[in-house]
Amino acid sequence: MSEALLIKDKEIAVPGEIIAQGMGFVPNKGVFRDGDVLVASKLGMVSVEGKVVKLIPLSGKYIPKAEDKIICQMTDVLLTGWRVDTNSPYSAVLNLKDATNEFVARGADLTQYFALGDWIVCKVTNVTSQKLVDISTRGPGLHKLQGGRMVEVNAYKVPRIIGKDASMISLIKNATGCEIIVGQNGLVWLHGAPSQELIAAEAIKKIEAEAHLPGLTDRMVDFLKQKTGKTPTMNEQHQTTEGSES
Amino acid sequence: MNNEQKKHLITYLANGTRYDGRGLLEWRPIHVETGVSQSAEGSARVRVGKTDIMAGVKLALEKPYGDTPDQGNLMVNAELYPLSSPKFETGPPGEQAIELARVIDRGIREAKTIDVKKLCLKSGEKVWSVSVDIVTLNDDGDLMDAGALAALAALQAARFPGVKEGIVDYGERTSTPIPIDMHPVTVTVYLIDKYFVVDPLPEEEEAADARLTIAVDEHGMVRALQKGGAEKLTIDQIDKMVGIAVKKAPELRKLIK
Repeated sequence: MSEALLIKDKEIAVPGEIIAQGMGFVPNKGVFRDGDVLVASKLGMVSVEGKVVKLIPLSGKYIPKAEDKIICQMTDVLLTGWRVDTNSPYSAVLNLKDATNEFVARGADLTQYFALGDWIVCKVTNVTSQKLVDISTRGPGLHKLQGGRMVEVNAYKVPRIIGKDASMISLIKNATGCEIIVGQNGLVWLHGAPSQELIAAEAIKKIEAEAHLPGLTDRMVDFLKQKTGKTPTMNEQHQTTEGSES
Repeated sequence: MNNEQKKHLITYLANGTRYDGRGLLEWRPIHVETGVSQSAEGSARVRVGKTDIMAGVKLALEKPYGDTPDQGNLMVNAELYPLSSPKFETGPPGEQAIELARVIDRGIREAKTIDVKKLCLKSGEKVWSVSVDIVTLNDDGDLMDAGALAALAALQAARFPGVKEGIVDYGERTSTPIPIDMHPVTVTVYLIDKYFVVDPLPEEEEAADARLTIAVDEHGMVRALQKGGAEKLTIDQIDKMVGIAVKKAPELRKLIK
């Protein structure tokens, strides 16, 4: 059987589409082998590195990954911790020892730290093969979110929303004066004046919709200028509180 | 939703806007589509923003109830599919699904929407039974108003099947519609803090102190009410909410004409 790459690097594959033929290629994330062909299991962009073929997904829910900074909501208070919703098919457990440095007596009321419905920025510490997820709120920039609102976006567009060295997000922050925190799980937390938050939310939705088109930064500068009436500036000092580009 | 998040939502309402930039008494874009199912006698799909709900009407010949021998039957059922929200589970219908069905049923029934006497073929023996099934495809808030609109649109679109020797032939479709006298639409007004809101987003439904579902017919008459939520409503507040519903109902009704 001849070896051939049917879908080239950086092209789009749909689930079930045959990407490559022959045993010369190795399947990676989002790709599986069926006989002597490689098949796509997701909608995504094909990425070929040497013999390894993988898919960079373009849609679908977030899947927890260790070291990701995500935004979660408390769904249950347990005996020694909390169960949180990670905006993914898998819930996570925040253990008390990963939540605070304080000494907590046995039987203490845990809702003084986090109550039902509270949002937190946290870090995924471990994901087992069975998708049991552990998270932590101990670390720089990890904390409870006071008030504000949430905007949900496609988790795979998050790198574009943050931008290179957090350039895109600082653009929106400076233009609208809102506090913005982007979680890798596709939740974006906004806090500011209602009129400015609406502009920020619209800007984020615009980036999500146009993430694949070139010249995005220029269009966003124009958009924010038109909405706020002033030229937004990029500021490199704001990057510490965001998740990094993956 | 905790108190701080609710306070944040209320600052929006105080500024006369909402999380998607709408006014307090403004609807999201609504799309009504009829004839979406081939196997139902009448069907409709209503989309309000990202909320997506479908209604189907089945017609069957049945024996009437003993106390109403010359009247057809009306049944409304609703199912909240797990695919439409992470909050919905499989299994027997929960409180929300039952309330949805009951409120839509009551709106149609109490407005005397269908002339049930015309559904009688032979008194005490054979009447048409109209069953409306409502299923959710996506829950992004305001299922009640969208569901009631879908139910009415489906009833309007329904056509009787053929009847051969007293047995229904579903393969045949006549051009006779269901005798509809009234066109009630429901408007649910939500009370959050001191602000009234229609067509809520899921966040607003969660933050709401109380809600009042109001079925209004084309003469601006109130036909049915359903109160929900933990907080009480004063007479003055109910007055205002009914006023809003009567004013907003024609906007919904013109979508199904």
